Amino acid sequence: MKYCLIGINHRTAPVEVREQLAISVSDLASALRQLAGRPDVDECFIISTCNRVELLARSPEIAPDLRGFIADYFNIEIAGLQQHLYERRDKDAIRHVFRVASSLDSMIVGEPQILGQVKESYAVARSVGAVHSHLDVLLTRAFATAKRVRTETSVGSSAVSVASVAVDLAKKIFGSLQGKQVYLVGAGKMSELAARHLMAHGAAAIFVANRTHDRALQLAAKFNGRAIRFEQLYETAADADIVITSTGAPHQIFRREHAEMFMQRRKNKPMFFIDIAVPRDVDPTINEVSGIFVYDIDDLQSVVQSHVADRQREAQRAEAIIDVEVERFVNRLDTLDIVPTIVSLQDHLETIRQAEIDKVRGRLGKLTPEQELAVESMSRGIVNKILHTPITTLKTAARDAKQKDPEATTIIELVRKLFNLNLSRAADDQHEREHAEEKKEILKP
Amino acid sequence: MPHLWLRVAVAFYGLGLIYALIALSGRREVLARIILPAVGLGAIFHFVSIAEAYAVAGDLAPANITQSESLLAFVLMASFFTVYWRYKTTSLGILVFPLVFLLSLSASLGQQPPQFISPLLGSGWIAVHITLILCGYAALFFSFVSSLLYLLQEQSLKSKNMDGVLSHLPALEVMDDIGFRSLLLGFPFMTFGLIAGCVIAQASYGPTYFRDPKILLTLLMWAVYMVLLFSRWSAGWRGRKAAVLSTVAFVAATLAWAANYFSSVHRYVAQ
Repeated sequence: MKYCLIGINHRTAPVEVREQLAISVSDLASALRQLAGRPDVDECFIISTCNRVELLARSPEIAPDLRGFIADYFNIEIAGLQQHLYERRDKDAIRHVFRVASSLDSMIVGEPQILGQVKESYAVARSVGAVHSHLDVLLTRAFATAKRVRTETSVGSSAVSVASVAVDLAKKIFGSLQGKQVYLVGAGKMSELAARHLMAHGAAAIFVANRTHDRALQLAAKFNGRAIRFEQLYETAADADIVITSTGAPHQIFRREHAEMFMQRRKNKPMFFIDIAVPRDVDPTINEVSGIFVYDIDDLQSVVQSHVADRQREAQRAEAIIDVEVERFVNRLDTLDIVPTIVSLQDHLETIRQAEIDKVRGRLGKLTPEQELAVESMSRGIVNKILHTPITTLKTAARDAKQKDPEATTIIELVRKLFNLNLSRAADDQHEREHAEEKKEILKP
Repeated sequence: MPHLWLRVAVAFYGLGLIYALIALSGRREVLARIILPAVGLGAIFHFVSIAEAYAVAGDLAPANITQSESLLAFVLMASFFTVYWRYKTTSLGILVFPLVFLLSLSASLGQQPPQFISPLLGSGWIAVHITLILCGYAALFFSFVSSLLYLLQEQSLKSKNMDGVLSHLPALEVMDDIGFRSLLLGFPFMTFGLIAGCVIAQASYGPTYFRDPKILLTLLMWAVYMVLLFSRWSAGWRGRKAAVLSTVAFVAATLAWAANYFSSVHRYVAQ
C-alpha cells in the first residue's frame, strides 16, 4: 500500500509559482481523470486553492510518479519547481491530509474555509470515480478529525483580523448590532472592510463623510447609506453608535469637547470609535470619557496578536488530536488490509461447502428437517475448525507485517496464493459497508 | 425535621456558590453545563419548603426572620431565572448565588427564630407588605449587581485587556438593560410595599412610628431608589455614576434590613 502526496503551498512558494500549478474548479474533474488514468495510480485526489495545490495518490505496489504527472499536465519543466515542492509518503501523507483538513496547515491557522474546499474537491473526485475505496476512507476520516479538532479545541474561535476584532468589540459593547448606526469618516479600504463586516452582523444605517464629497457619495451609494458634508460632521456624529475614522488629516478630528458634547446629546448611550487613521483622527484621551470607547489601529492589532497567540496554543492541542487519529487510522488500515483476505478465504470455503452438499444431496435421498440441520451443521463445523487457525495466524501476521516482519508478509502472500484469492471485489464491498453511514454524515450540507 | 427541603435546596445552592467562585477565577466551561439544572432543582425544593411552612402556619406572612430570609432567597432565585430566560446570561449568578446560599443557609440553620409581633398578624396586610418589599429588595440587588458588572466590563474595554472573567460577561448594553428594567419593575413593588407597611404601623402604633430608625432608613433607601431611577431615566446615567448610586441604594437597603434588629416598632422578638 502506497500513499503519496506532493504539493506546493503558501510557505514553500510565492504566488507567482503557485498560480502556475493552480487547477480551476472547472478543470478539476478532467485533471482527476487524467491522473487516475495513469497506470501507477489506483486512486487520486486533488485540492487546489489560492494557498495550496496538492495531489494525493494511492497505488497498491509502487509509489506513483506524481512529479511526472505535474510535468505532463502543466507542460512544465519540473526541475525549476523542485525547491518549492514537498512530498510526503504513507503515514506522513496521511498526517498531512488530516492537518490540512483541520486547518492546521493554513496561513491563518484555524480558518474555516479550507475544510469546505477539501469537501468540495472530495465530492468532485468521488463523482469522477478517482476516489472510491482507500482514499475514501482516508478523506472521510480526515473530515471527522477536522470536526473533532473544531469541537475539542478553540483553534478557530477567536477573531484574527482587524475587521472581525472590531465586530467582536462592538458586540461586547452593544450586544446585538441590529439597528446600530455606523459612521464612516474618511473613505479607505480598511474602513470599508470594517463597515462591511459590521453590516454583515446586522448594523443598519451607514453615514459617510469625506473631505471630497463626491467620494463620500460614491461610498454611500455602495452601502446604501447617506453621504454627509464634512462641515456637518459634528452635528450628525452623535447619532452614530460606531464611528470608523480613516482620514488623511494631519490633526485630530474628534477631540475631548466633541466627545463630551456627543455623550450629552446621546444621554450617555455608549459610543465606539474605531480609529484606523495614521496619524490618528481621534484624541486618545476621549477613551477616558464615560461611555466612550476608542480603539486605534495598534489596539486592534494587539488584540489580533493575542488571539493569534491563543490559536497557536490551541493548535498544539489540535496536533495531539491529529497524532491520535493518524495512529488510529494507520492501525485500522493494517486490519483493513487483511480483512479482504479473510473474507475471501471464508467465501472460498463456503462455496466449496455448498457445492459438496449439493453434490451428495441426490445420493442421500429425502432428508427430514432434523437430518438437513445435522448435515448443515456438520459441514459448517468442519469448515470453521479448519479456518480457525489460518484466520488467527493471518490477523497476527497483519500486525507483524506492520512491524516490517518479512516472514509475516510471506505468510499473507502464501495464503493468498494457496487459495488463489481474488481480493479487489471483496475489498470494495468491505469499504462500502463500513463507510456508507459515515459518508452520509459527511456529505450532508 | 423542620427544614429538610430547605436544607436540600441549600445543598444545591452550594453548587451555585462553587460556580460563582470558579467563575471569578476565570474558568467556567465545566460547571456551566450542570449549574442551571442544579440551582433550578434547588429552587424547586426551596419552593416546596416554603409551601410546607405555609401549610404548617396557615398564614402567607413569614412568621419569623428565618422565613423572611428564605423567602428573599427564593425571590432572588426566581428573578435570576427570569433574567436568564430573557437574556440568556448566567453572569449575574457570580454575585446572586453566594447571597442566595448565605440567606438560605442562615434560614435553614435557624432553630428558635425570633418572632415578629404585631396586632395585624394574620390580617393579610403583613403578607402583602413583606412579599412586596422583598421583591423590591431583589430588584435593587439585581440592579446593583448588573451595574457592578457593567463597571467591570467598561473598565476592561477601556483598558483594552479582556481576559479571565471579563471575557464571558454579557455586553454593556445588555447589562444596562437588565439594571434599568429591574429598577423599573422593582419600584412599584417597593413603593406599594412601603405603603402597606405604613398602614400597618399607623394601625399598630399611631403616628409616632415615623421617628423609628428603621422607618427613617427605609425612607432614605426609597429616596435613593427614586434618584437612581430618575437619573437613569432622564440622563441615562451608566457606568461609574450609576454604580455608585446603586451601591448607596444597596447599602441603605441592607441597613434597613439590619434595622430589624434594633428597631422598636419593626422587629422580631426572641421568644
